[in-house]
Amino acid sequence: MSNFFPRWANWVPLQLLVCVLLAGAPVTLGIWYYFTPKYTRVGYQPDQPVPFSHALHVKQLGMDCRYCHSFVEVAGHSNLPNTQTCINCHGEGKILGNSPRLAPVRESWKTGQPIPWVQIHRLPDYAYFNHAVHVNRGVSCYSCHGKINEMAQVYEAQSLSMKWCLDCHRSPENFLRPPSEVFNMDWHPASDTEQREMGLKFKADWKINPPVNCGGCHR
Amino acid sequence: MVRYFSIILTLLVVLIVSIAGLRGCKTKRPPIEIFPDMVRQDKVKSQVPSDFFADGRGNRQPVVGTVPLGYAAPSSSKMSSADGSDSVMGGAYNAVIFSGSEGYADTGKVGTNWGTGIPFPVTKETLERGHDRYEIQCAVCHGSTGTGNGIATKYGLVGVANLQQQRLRDMTDGEIYNTVANGKNTMLGYGGVIQVPDRWAIVAYVRALQRSQNATLNDVPDAERASFQPTNAPVTTPAPSKP
Repeated sequence: MSNFFPRWANWVPLQLLVCVLLAGAPVTLGIWYYFTPKYTRVGYQPDQPVPFSHALHVKQLGMDCRYCHSFVEVAGHSNLPNTQTCINCHGEGKILGNSPRLAPVRESWKTGQPIPWVQIHRLPDYAYFNHAVHVNRGVSCYSCHGKINEMAQVYEAQSLSMKWCLDCHRSPENFLRPPSEVFNMDWHPASDTEQREMGLKFKADWKINPPVNCGGCHR
Repeated sequence: MVRYFSIILTLLVVLIVSIAGLRGCKTKRPPIEIFPDMVRQDKVKSQVPSDFFADGRGNRQPVVGTVPLGYAAPSSSKMSSADGSDSVMGGAYNAVIFSGSEGYADTGKVGTNWGTGIPFPVTKETLERGHDRYEIQCAVCHGSTGTGNGIATKYGLVGVANLQQQRLRDMTDGEIYNTVANGKNTMLGYGGVIQVPDRWAIVAYVRALQRSQNATLNDVPDAERASFQPTNAPVTTPAPSKP
């Protein structure tokens, strides 16, 4: 009866403890690293029905964001362009009027069915974001959408997490820019201190007081 | 035992990292949402599909025969056409036309003819607004000076009107307004994306552009005339003869 367990069994509890401690570090690190929109959302780059390139249209051709996203200054929702906006230039007999890559656009124009663009930036339904109030008060497209003028295929550049929203709502001076440069993706402040000084001035001039209470965004 | 466990653990970490990748990696996989209950609610948001309607669209077209909020009701003469059918009403209100009334400001017409004049006060702000909108919506094809050489023409768009030609200088404001709103020839209407006051601001700016390209020194205020003399001089002298 006394030799029921071998001698090495005396070490089992200690070894188990070491194993749990060893496993604890990577599990903690893994959760910290992966369980966040910085991982789950950033970099989402779905294939779209039409390979529309912002790099070509904005960077190369110099088109304004508002040619297509025409109501971003007056509406909470920044609209995707209707099919006619594409057809303005890409109708039959116009630029790339027969391109197979634009076939879904021509199809949509004929049938009246919308082009099934894949939405990339999706806020939770309990968060209410208003594009107009942001772009009209010096928050650039760039601040949330990144270098979209250089994206051949759009991907999500920022996490859109609540902490990320609050970073700016608490210190908007780090992001505010002159109203004339809101839609200029290539404009960047010369330095951080210049950005801060300019931002503080805009914040005072325009009486910018972003809500940081729950009801500001969750109404 | 601890050694084997460490080896397995290391392999597992390598496996997970190699499958899951790093933060910010491009991926076609939709973002993971572990508890989407309140994150994705059964409500219609702008420009999203909805299973509720047969055609799968969340956004609805206006019901035929109704007038959207903020739009003027059709006048009684338009409610019924001559033959008593309701096709006129159905036709006019089948699509959102962004402006409801039949007055000059909305149609550019006085009676059946194109009218002239800007039905909004033309101030410096109006022209600046017009400039702003022109650069966004019009310059892509018509070019910043209106000569019809916008970037789209470099990529093969043909038939873009030169706004500086005499025919367009002589065109009434109302007809230019109508062209902005409803298009003409190969140009489709921009009424769906440019609201009525902005359309008139663009008309005003196009008039300013037309004047600017045909201006003489007499159009320049006295105070600033001197600064234009040197640059204007070569224009007034005949160009060097070409073979």
